[in-house]
Amino acid sequence: MSGTAPNPSAAREAGPGASRWRAGATAALMAVGVAVPIYAALTGDTYLVALASRILVYALAAVGLNLALGFGGMVSFGHAMYLGLGAYAVLLLGASGVTNGWLQLAILVIVVGVVAAVVGTISLRTRGIAFIMITLAFAQLFYFLFVSLKAWGGDEGMSLPQPSSFGPFTGNRTALYFALLATLAAALAGTHRLVGSRFGLVLRATRVNERRVRALGTAPLPYRLAAYVLSALLCALAGFFLANLTGFVSPAYLAWTVSGELIVMVVLGGAGTVVGPVAGAVGLLVLEEGLKALTEHWMAILGPLIVLMVVLLRNGLWSLLPGGVTNEARR
Amino acid sequence: MSPAFLLTQVLNGVQFGLLLFLMAAGLTLVFGIMNFVNLAHGSLYMVGAYVAALTYGRTGSFALALVAAVVGVFVLGIVLDRLGFAALHRRDHLDQVLATFGVVLFANEAMRMLFGSAPLYMDAPAALSQPVVIAGFNYPAYRGAIIVAGLLVAVGLHLLIERTRLGMLIRAGASNRDMVSALGVNVGWLARLVFALGAALAGFAGAMVGPILSIQPGMGEPVLILTLVVIVVGGIGSIRGALFGALIVGIVDTLGRGVLPGLLHLVLSPSLASAAGPALASVGVYLLMAAVLAFKPDGLFPVRHS
Repeated sequence: MSGTAPNPSAAREAGPGASRWRAGATAALMAVGVAVPIYAALTGDTYLVALASRILVYALAAVGLNLALGFGGMVSFGHAMYLGLGAYAVLLLGASGVTNGWLQLAILVIVVGVVAAVVGTISLRTRGIAFIMITLAFAQLFYFLFVSLKAWGGDEGMSLPQPSSFGPFTGNRTALYFALLATLAAALAGTHRLVGSRFGLVLRATRVNERRVRALGTAPLPYRLAAYVLSALLCALAGFFLANLTGFVSPAYLAWTVSGELIVMVVLGGAGTVVGPVAGAVGLLVLEEGLKALTEHWMAILGPLIVLMVVLLRNGLWSLLPGGVTNEARR
Repeated sequence: MSPAFLLTQVLNGVQFGLLLFLMAAGLTLVFGIMNFVNLAHGSLYMVGAYVAALTYGRTGSFALALVAAVVGVFVLGIVLDRLGFAALHRRDHLDQVLATFGVVLFANEAMRMLFGSAPLYMDAPAALSQPVVIAGFNYPAYRGAIIVAGLLVAVGLHLLIERTRLGMLIRAGASNRDMVSALGVNVGWLARLVFALGAALAGFAGAMVGPILSIQPGMGEPVLILTLVVIVVGGIGSIRGALFGALIVGIVDTLGRGVLPGLLHLVLSPSLASAAGPALASVGVYLLMAAVLAFKPDGLFPVRHS
């Protein structure tokens, strides 16, 4: 494919290494992630580990969504469906005798890859607001599909007959937690590399001006579709961990509000920054826990806070850290 | 499957479709003129239903309940626009979706705080509680009334947009907002009026479904999402598209639920049919949407941009 040579130094600016502060904050987040189960083991605080696991699951999903939304400018309001597909894969495969975790993951990648390619191909024919509506509608399709599966718990959901089997680590929550943490770290490192590569450069360019990318002789669709599928796979992976951590799967995992919350996490942390979505997941879920402790009508407070975030915090928490380049996701 | 059953299902589909049209018309007009997507449109529908049910409970007059819902939500629309929705028009779609998502969360919880989680119920007015006889079979009069009301609104909107000065301004505003403004029209108020009009239609839809659905927090979102499907299938910004899209979605959804499981039993084994029937029925409209978009990404009745 002909095109102008990407400028590597410009391409790397968006990475976390652009600022010492950001690198420090990333290291601090990871250190807290490692410290939580150790602290919990010393004090016997199981609540903290459960909360931290949930945060890591949604952080992984938000990092995935960010690839499409933040770097690719594809505002998907339906990424909860991939989270749900990942979770249901554990239930459906486990119940039909495929209990090996690695095999489950392989099947998951193939199935979700195909689903995301089909959904993405249809959805990406549209632009802007229609894309938002269509991704939301596709997510509802899968939501109602799982609700209608009465044999698998219908709208109530059901407990996993058995967790994914990983030899001696099967059902070991601490091992699962660290596997999740490592996956998140790998996803962040991968995003950093991807965004700085030629692929990432084209992807970010299509967000800014698709017509110019086309004029330079590069077809945007393969890049956008690949980013969409990759982002779906990360969400499905998060769903795989979610099912194993909670031991329970229900259509609530792919409710439309979850898709909304994932977008809030990405934007709250900083769309189009590599580590921002992690900060957003921590911020939103900790805030939710705090509000839940305060009142049962916590959503009446969360809603206005989301509106305030849109008005006041346009570039996200991550951009509040000094140094580095300004977040390029917003004009 | 008797002909009467089939006809009832088709009429139910038309009735549901016209309800969706009431929602879609407002949403698509607002989008056309202001480039603004409002997820809280479903919340306006919910507020309309609550206002109608409460007014009906207090006064016992169904007509008064309808008026209260329409006027109440119209005023709410003006207030919301002034309070900040207008400021969202110039932000990107992501901001609009997020901010109105926050409003939806708040509105549902506010209703739960005010009226509890238990659903409210509302009776059909006495005059419409008996079935009417259409072509030799019985059909609930109230559902018939929804069909009539929906058709009247469709005709009224057509006349408003094609035959009045206000309609001319709305069409002009949708195709070139800045030019209309330069010609001395207060576009801010024009937009506010269109938004409040769309809100009033949503409130009217909410009031009309009161007697056939339970009224509860969160009732707006399933309808909102189907409305989005209607708009995408019909073509964003097009009233004609909203009407035909709504009728198609309403009929496909209703027939999918009412007739498809029976049909599957004719061609598949009973166990397979009872498993596949509900699944297919519940995703039918979304498959339809995917099929339409695969061939016509701009919808069935795309708006022509000059």
